[in-house]
Amino acid sequence: MDAAIAAPSAAQDRSKPASAPSGGSAPHAVGSVGANYLLHLADNALVLGQRNAEWCGHGPILEEDIAMANISLDLVGQARLLYQEAARRIGGEATEDTLAYFRDAPEFRNYTLLELPHRVGLVGYAQSDIDYSVTLVRNFLYGSLMVMVWDALQRSSDEALAAIAAKSLKEAKYHLRHASDWMVRLGDGSEESHARMQAALDHLMPYTQEFWATSELESQAVATGAAVDVPSLRTAWDALVNEVLAEATLKRPALPAGYITQGKSGIHSEHLSYLLGEMQGLARAHPGAQW
Amino acid sequence: MSNTAPALKEWPLWEVFIRSKQGLEHKHCGSLHAADARQALQMARDVYTRRQEGVSIWVVPSAQITASEPDDKAEFFEPMGDKIYRHPTFYEIPDEVGHM
Repeated sequence: MDAAIAAPSAAQDRSKPASAPSGGSAPHAVGSVGANYLLHLADNALVLGQRNAEWCGHGPILEEDIAMANISLDLVGQARLLYQEAARRIGGEATEDTLAYFRDAPEFRNYTLLELPHRVGLVGYAQSDIDYSVTLVRNFLYGSLMVMVWDALQRSSDEALAAIAAKSLKEAKYHLRHASDWMVRLGDGSEESHARMQAALDHLMPYTQEFWATSELESQAVATGAAVDVPSLRTAWDALVNEVLAEATLKRPALPAGYITQGKSGIHSEHLSYLLGEMQGLARAHPGAQW
Repeated sequence: MSNTAPALKEWPLWEVFIRSKQGLEHKHCGSLHAADARQALQMARDVYTRRQEGVSIWVVPSAQITASEPDDKAEFFEPMGDKIYRHPTFYEIPDEVGHM
């Protein structure tokens, strides 16, 4: 996956966080990404971490409850490192907390896939409607991408990002292992578990198209030579996903031609603002509160 | 955790042993329910090594462990109670040896 890191191009604007949440831009080294790209990676981790944390205390069994909480904490940890680095580059008053708690939904740069509720279909809000199959399939689809993304980014010319990537890769590999294991167990399990996993896959797969549709912030980041060109990972991702799906006896759904979500450009589903409302409420009601 | 989780009825119990660092022995630290050995190992990782407790994990099906019976306590263990000469406490240890 060495090819995933684009060659540096000195001619290109390499550092402007074009629509950073607050003003000021600290100068940084040649071949480093802008704050917006870090926010994209951070928001992915934070939003999925927060979403998966909904299982805390509600997991299907005790051991799995703890496993999912661990995964959430890994993701929140990744988000913190990325927000801290983004805050340094943005400068001014920005901190990891202002970035996590005081931006609104349109400023979040996460994939739409990661904000969706734990259920197939878009109606039903009862706690009992949540379905672990959606959680697992999403972790699998995202985890299989992030193993490749972090692997490429650990060789980035952006040293701070490379260090975060190296740490995150180890966590992502375990997340993928956990998710893949369940894909096979439940996909190739009982009639009921197979049907649920297939339904979750059919529901979520269309959202993965967002991975491959390059956004403006990604183009800018790739132009610095320090970011990963995600569409270049697609063949490897397809192979990995297909291999696990085959073992899980799940059928990869054909994708409809139609709308491709644009969460990473700030255009989100209605689900993100509820998630943020829960996550940000305390920090906004009591700014600067400490334990 | 509402009702009784199916796992508690259907998944076998595993005993978990953790080695805290290289050179030390594996120590029993608890048990968990899992469908098979591979899953038991991953769950043990998640449940018992979250705070860097270990560098190696063993999982053993609880059913594979043969244990002494509490009822056997009298004949198994009590006869040793008055055999203090089996403890090496009657030797004088020279000062040069230091702590043993």
